[in-house]
Amino acid sequence: MRHKFPVNETQSKFTEKIIEISGQNVRKCNQCGKCSAGCPLADQMDLLPSQVIRMVQIGDTSVLESKTIWLCASCFTCAVRCPQGIDLAKVMEALRLQSLRKNIDHVKPSAIPEIEKLPQIAVVSSFRKMTSS
Amino acid sequence: MKIPYYPGCTLKKDALNFEESALAVGKKLGMELVELPRWNCCGTVYSLASDDLMHYAAPIRNLIRAQELNENRIVTLCSMCYNTLKRANLRVKDDEEALTTLNEFMDREEDYRGEVTVLHLLEILKDEIGFEKIEETVEVPLKGLKIAPYYGCLLLRPKEVGIDDLEEPRIMHSLLESLGAEVIDTPYKVECCGAYQTASNKEAVAERTYSILTSAAREGADAIALSCPLCDFNLDARQETVEEKYHDFERMPVFYFTQLMAIAFGLDEKVCRFDLNYVDPLPLLSKINGRDTLKMNKKKI
Repeated sequence: MRHKFPVNETQSKFTEKIIEISGQNVRKCNQCGKCSAGCPLADQMDLLPSQVIRMVQIGDTSVLESKTIWLCASCFTCAVRCPQGIDLAKVMEALRLQSLRKNIDHVKPSAIPEIEKLPQIAVVSSFRKMTSS
Repeated sequence: MKIPYYPGCTLKKDALNFEESALAVGKKLGMELVELPRWNCCGTVYSLASDDLMHYAAPIRNLIRAQELNENRIVTLCSMCYNTLKRANLRVKDDEEALTTLNEFMDREEDYRGEVTVLHLLEILKDEIGFEKIEETVEVPLKGLKIAPYYGCLLLRPKEVGIDDLEEPRIMHSLLESLGAEVIDTPYKVECCGAYQTASNKEAVAERTYSILTSAAREGADAIALSCPLCDFNLDARQETVEEKYHDFERMPVFYFTQLMAIAFGLDEKVCRFDLNYVDPLPLLSKINGRDTLKMNKKKI
């Protein structure tokens, strides 16, 4: 996937917003790929974590459509290994919040299969990460 | 020794096998875990957005409960509660403005002063009880059991809350060694189980479970030991989903580390609540060298 510089105003606003909510300076990322190499869920993602960061850097809002931001399990493996000190888990959270804060649920509680069989901890954490409540 | 104890929601229901075994093991070691009064759910996950103070109210309120008892620390068993309480605590200790805002918001509570320390039971076992004393307490060494410790994420990461080395933790290894088990080191010991994906995407979790457990089996492990009820659900109960997809998969029992301690201490098996384990661990436990004989001897006496 190729992206062109320079970015327009909307794009740079998006980057600024993600930097503000995550508190992480994504501009420091130099695409070494260590996050993608160690991500335990990378094989199931449509975009690698390093590609997500790249898209945030250039303000490509289509990153919000990716499966990756919802597959991230906030395990912090990337965060503790990033040589530039970027906490990617916080960036993923900021990206999820772009829709959750508009009251758009990613997961509908009523659609969770066999919810009665899940431990309390799974239900609450899933709601916290994937619903707007 | 008495120490205030924060159970969290899951330990009061699906993970009673963790709580009941931990309380019994603590008692055997002369440590009383005293449940905090009026505790509430910690929220299970630490809020990662910089502007989301609201979600710190639940964990901080629990720390106020300890402060009201004039206690300066609390212990948790669940790795997720540990992580959430500890991170929220560190955040408000570092950020006076955030603490003031939270205290003003919770205007019916006394102000939190940021003086409580959040600990995990494994830290207390290592630093205050000591693995030597644990070894001395063992009545039925877990000889013949090959156990792979699984740490998962939230006991170790991020670094400021980790109870051990980020990549090569040893605390649970040392504990299991002191119980007489053969400890199996595995490359997946710090890799995520898929966590909350289990609710809406159990297939994603089943892939993780398959990788983690087959790796442990390759290294020769008979079972897994862990400390998180969400990891436990994913590695234990989700084996059903793994079996549907991978026909070569063989079930592996999963223990809370406190269940193995209870067995090694020779406590009544009832405290382990093995009825709540998904994969039946009893056939494996019958392999412990000398365990049956010891039980029979006790009966004779």
